[in-house]
Amino acid sequence: MSLIDPAPAQLTDGGLPAELIAEAAEVGPGVGPYQLAWRRMKRNRVSLAFGVLFLLIVLLCLLAPVYSHDIAHIGPDAENYGTIKVGGKTENIVSLIGIPIGPTWELGHYFLGADENGRDVAVRLLYGGRNSLEIGAVATLITMVLATICGLLAGYFRGLTDGIISRVLDVIWAYPAVLLGIVLGTVLEVHGLGPFHGTTLLSTALVIGFVYIPYVAKPIRAQVLALREREFVDAARQQGLAHVRIMVSEILPNVASTIIVFIPLMLANAILTEAGLTYLGAGVQPPNPSWGTMISQGINNIPAAFSNVLVPGIMLVLAVLSINVFGDGLRDALDPRAKIRLGKDTASVGELSH
Amino acid sequence: MARFVVRRLLVMVAMLFAISLVTFLLFIVALPNGNPAALIAGRLANPAEVHLITVRYGFNKPIWVQYIKTIANIFGGTAYSYQSYFNVDAEIEAGLPATISLALGAGVIWLLTSILFGTLAAIRAGRYTDRVLTVLSMIGVSMPPFFFGAILIYYAGYKLGLIPLSGYVNITNPAQWLWHLIAPWITLSILFVGIYSRILRSTILDTVNEDFVRTAKAKGLSQGQVLRRHILRNSLVPIISLWGLDLAQVIGGGAILTESVYSLHGVGYLAYQSVSHLDTVTLMSIVMLTALAVVVLGALTEIFYAFLDPRIRLQ
Repeated sequence: MSLIDPAPAQLTDGGLPAELIAEAAEVGPGVGPYQLAWRRMKRNRVSLAFGVLFLLIVLLCLLAPVYSHDIAHIGPDAENYGTIKVGGKTENIVSLIGIPIGPTWELGHYFLGADENGRDVAVRLLYGGRNSLEIGAVATLITMVLATICGLLAGYFRGLTDGIISRVLDVIWAYPAVLLGIVLGTVLEVHGLGPFHGTTLLSTALVIGFVYIPYVAKPIRAQVLALREREFVDAARQQGLAHVRIMVSEILPNVASTIIVFIPLMLANAILTEAGLTYLGAGVQPPNPSWGTMISQGINNIPAAFSNVLVPGIMLVLAVLSINVFGDGLRDALDPRAKIRLGKDTASVGELSH
Repeated sequence: MARFVVRRLLVMVAMLFAISLVTFLLFIVALPNGNPAALIAGRLANPAEVHLITVRYGFNKPIWVQYIKTIANIFGGTAYSYQSYFNVDAEIEAGLPATISLALGAGVIWLLTSILFGTLAAIRAGRYTDRVLTVLSMIGVSMPPFFFGAILIYYAGYKLGLIPLSGYVNITNPAQWLWHLIAPWITLSILFVGIYSRILRSTILDTVNEDFVRTAKAKGLSQGQVLRRHILRNSLVPIISLWGLDLAQVIGGGAILTESVYSLHGVGYLAYQSVSHLDTVTLMSIVMLTALAVVVLGALTEIFYAFLDPRIRLQ
């Protein structure tokens, strides 16, 4: 039990772990925090590898039109109930009792099989991935921007501003994320809100982005509350800088690492939530392909073609897993003392996506 | 202490009001033109019928009257679904046994498993066991419950016949009850085990460096005793408080994905069905009750903590 003899994590002056002090001595002066983080990141091969895997997935999904046009010669929504030749044999794409063909493993047609409507699963997987990743990215952007603004304003001005913002965040936070997501999703579906209505992908992204604001805004606010008492903020105030200027150019750079650490966490969560909401019928609406719609259609079709659940499911898990592992490495690199911990300040993360 | 409790309870009451109002307004917006009468009357209704329903249900009253009436209905047990005409509170009550069985069973599983995994990972920090457990917890948090559920249902249920395909059996038949719940318990636990064991691992690694651990070591306690009595006991605090909140959310319909993939007719499943039928009254009641439960439990937890730790009262 090495635990009781904490050699690697022994504390020295200033409460910094010895290994960090050793590292600081080794790199010498003139190396910024981000350079330092990058050096640590480079040493973490596993998380870099997963980062590359995620980039590959993104690249593949971006190439969806190329695959669809030039290799598979079929669109994501094109239904085909005809026959194809697999290994010299002619087979129905969808059999007479409605069972779709399984993976042919031939890149040209139905590489990963067909769904019950005779659509090419591989083509839909790539187009669906594009939608899922797009929703995830837009939702993350919405969460991060709004949460940063809320956290900065609440932490910097304190008092009444903080009271109002914090209470509003508390109200959002009191709802289980998925339940609030389906309520908002249903509202947008029925009613719409300007450009966000019905079947557009944007409305799903807006819902997901909105639901997660408190989970990010609360830790940012806590950091800003501490930062605003520091000398450099006093100095800026003495120079007569405007509040906005102090927030943007003095405080924001100091919470940047927190924001960066949260981005992959939120991206992974947003992609999972998209799938969850869609599975419940409050997210992406068919026939739009997304990993969520594909999985839920596949589940409705069990046991006829389980590969229709496995293919998008595995892709989804791979994408989310790769972001999570990369994000974990990123956090270790940017925040080696583990100050930022989702779940410590924001309490129940468990409900994020079940 | 008394001042803290009063202040905290006042905030709680304000939050309860805000949440009920926000939920109500959300659903008013959700209805076509804010008037559910057209929805209730159906597609073939003439304007007179719609008007009759509008007047009888009070949809023409000012919004604050409707708000008070809605709240009174939900808490007085007289809220009826506009779709099925069932009593909403009775429906939620009927869903509670399945949901509570799911939540408590899964709660025990995920708490014990994550204590085991988290402690193991911390003891073996940086070694092979730790890495394997880290990978497992990463997969756990990356796995959507309905996907994992579908895999279990297909392979363990349909192919091997080890578990039933879906449904809930009342606890009056304990063997069947257990058999039907094993897969949902595992499915719901996976995510939480991933999160909790990671949190526990890092809390333990933080606690190891505390002075009281050094003292315990110095006075000659064995390593096992130090771990159990001093490190674990302190590290479990954040996990257990999280556990209470998560359990409350799961009971309030938070396990909606697990319940719907296994067709467990609980509160989450009810919420899932009301989404697909656009049954706003039922959905509103579930969402409102859940959010209120979370607020009340959160306030109670905080007061309990303040009771244990005087530093919190001063914040």
